[in-house]
Amino acid sequence: MEYFLEIFLGGLTRGSIYALIALGYTMVYGIIQLINFAHGEIYMIGAFTALIVASVLTMLGLNTISILVLASIAAVIYASAYGFTVEKIAYKPLRHAPRLSALISAIGMSMFLSNYVLLAQTSDFLSFPNLIPELKFIEPYSHIIRSNEIAILVTTTAVMIVLTFIIKFTKMGKAMRATSQDREMAMLVGVDVNRVISVTFIIGSATAALGGVLIASHVGQINFYIGFIAGIKAFVAAVLGGIGSIPGAVLGSLILGWTESFATGYVSSDYEDVFAFIFLVLILIFKPSGILGRSESRAV
Amino acid sequence: MNKLNEIKKSFLASLWFMFLTFPIMVIRVNTVQKEIEWRWQNMFFVGISVFFLSFAWRFLFRQMASGRKTIEAGGLDKISLMQQIMNEPKMYYPILFAFTLFAATFPFIFNIYQVNIMTTALMYVVLGLGLNIVVGLAGLLDLGYVAFYLVGAYSYALLNYHFGLSFWLALPIGAFIGALFGILLGFPVLRMRGDYLAIVTLGFGEIIRIIMENWNEFSFGPSGIANIPRPGFFGIEFSLQGSIIFMYFFMICLTLFTIFIVNRLRNSRIGRAWVALREDEVACQAMGIDRTKTKLTAFALGATWAGMVGVIFAAKTTFINPASFTVWESITILCIVVLGGMGSIIGVIFGAFILILLPEYLRAFSEYRMVTFGAVLVIMMVFRPQGIVPDIRHRFKHQGSMVLGGKTKK
Repeated sequence: MEYFLEIFLGGLTRGSIYALIALGYTMVYGIIQLINFAHGEIYMIGAFTALIVASVLTMLGLNTISILVLASIAAVIYASAYGFTVEKIAYKPLRHAPRLSALISAIGMSMFLSNYVLLAQTSDFLSFPNLIPELKFIEPYSHIIRSNEIAILVTTTAVMIVLTFIIKFTKMGKAMRATSQDREMAMLVGVDVNRVISVTFIIGSATAALGGVLIASHVGQINFYIGFIAGIKAFVAAVLGGIGSIPGAVLGSLILGWTESFATGYVSSDYEDVFAFIFLVLILIFKPSGILGRSESRAV
Repeated sequence: MNKLNEIKKSFLASLWFMFLTFPIMVIRVNTVQKEIEWRWQNMFFVGISVFFLSFAWRFLFRQMASGRKTIEAGGLDKISLMQQIMNEPKMYYPILFAFTLFAATFPFIFNIYQVNIMTTALMYVVLGLGLNIVVGLAGLLDLGYVAFYLVGAYSYALLNYHFGLSFWLALPIGAFIGALFGILLGFPVLRMRGDYLAIVTLGFGEIIRIIMENWNEFSFGPSGIANIPRPGFFGIEFSLQGSIIFMYFFMICLTLFTIFIVNRLRNSRIGRAWVALREDEVACQAMGIDRTKTKLTAFALGATWAGMVGVIFAAKTTFINPASFTVWESITILCIVVLGGMGSIIGVIFGAFILILLPEYLRAFSEYRMVTFGAVLVIMMVFRPQGIVPDIRHRFKHQGSMVLGGKTKK
């Protein structure tokens, strides 16, 4: 039972991280119908920025809490800046181009960013400091759940609530929903579509960066390649839940997290990364619109 | 005033990029020794280069906008240099002759190292032409192309290891198994749209590689298979040097064969169906083209070449392991197709030579290879999506009095 609970909670944590990344995919897809291949790289850059800032601040001798806060803020700011710039350079000029062009551009951007970090930093794994403080009351249960897992769960929930609030109740959220329904109509009624798209990229990148900081201090090491695998898995989660749907992304992420956790816990860990792909193929064959997605009827 | 404005824009761009690249480019931490290295000179380089690049960026944008205007105004359809050469036999034949002479004498002028590089480039030409069928003609973005390459290489290595099969027998078998895998992948992804297709094929490529890495009993895992024999020729065994030269000539023949077949395919019924499917799926089905069959043949025929080159790769290097078949390989081949011009045969040949030979000769910059490839993909898509040598679309003229008003319709 305890082993089951451990795996269950492990899957929940894993799923929460995927959810933070999958949100960016699903929001961007909802608005410009493009798979932002570079999203995983934004997450990786967020984690790297946090590592660099944390290391510098540790040298300066700050205490853990302020390092955690400052490193997270830096990661969020930089990831948002990268997301914003990537959109302006690689996607905005291609907004009216065929879909294949935008997709190839996105793949190019992803490759550029990951190799840029490889060249400017290193190809080795860097150990990431454990920034999240150990909670005292959790110690007796530490074999089941660790305090940074709790931090991940709390952060993810908070982000979801804030995001739902933004999309449901603010003016920007309304503009986002309008743009995703019909971009040209939204422009006609005076929505600044370029700004909406930029804000979407910024929000998506910021949540991905939070995910990056959390998972890096959970796993304890990062390198330039983490963005690729995490990006693909988050994408699978977004598709599973129904791409374009925010609750769908969360649900899909949790399902994927649990599947992976149980599969590696009870079957074999060699093929950990294969499960996500098999999952993806099966969903796309049997239910391409995902669990909560709108089924798409295509006009000729 | 206008100039001042330009300078201001570039200055702001350079400031923004200096801010953007600050943590990654300037600071490097060594977490083991707890050291921090500050590299302020990088910030300076980024600032200067972005300042000038942003001028170029805006200049290209203006060029493109004015180019689009002339086309929209119904003005001159620019005929490319390549087209001019193709239309003029006086230019075409001497150039062809010079190429043939160069290709035939290449191994006797240059040393073995150069011949080896040229063979690799030719292999990428064939791979590019194969992927061109799938991406360029049929418009299906396949990011798992390397899987078929792997399948070909492993089928030769394993068949040779277990049954002692020779290279010449393995070549058609590798091609056949490649095609089989193409169909195998094609079936589940038939109904998918472009973006889903890309990520599923990417996943397929990774799955095959991961299986090869983990299934030790079958594929010998990450340590790979060594001592794969080089090909002989009707019982003649070559020395190392002879075998490299033989591989070169064999690749020349295969490349010519591929060009011939792909060219015939493109102008055939199925080739026109691919292009039609790429342009408009619904209209295509309304015209009675079988979507399933057309897409599957694209996958299968694309994969055939990859399987064949896989066998050649195994024979050439005499050692294979899963590490040679990563996603980067797929993206390199995609880059060749995109840079050259999707759908264009001459373009793909140029693309392969540029992307494979340049990094070989500019050894000093070889670590920047993948960064450059990424940038090439983005820049080509933004400024020149048709590639350096665009595909020439056949135009059929309507002749005679059928057209009202006697005007010849293009």
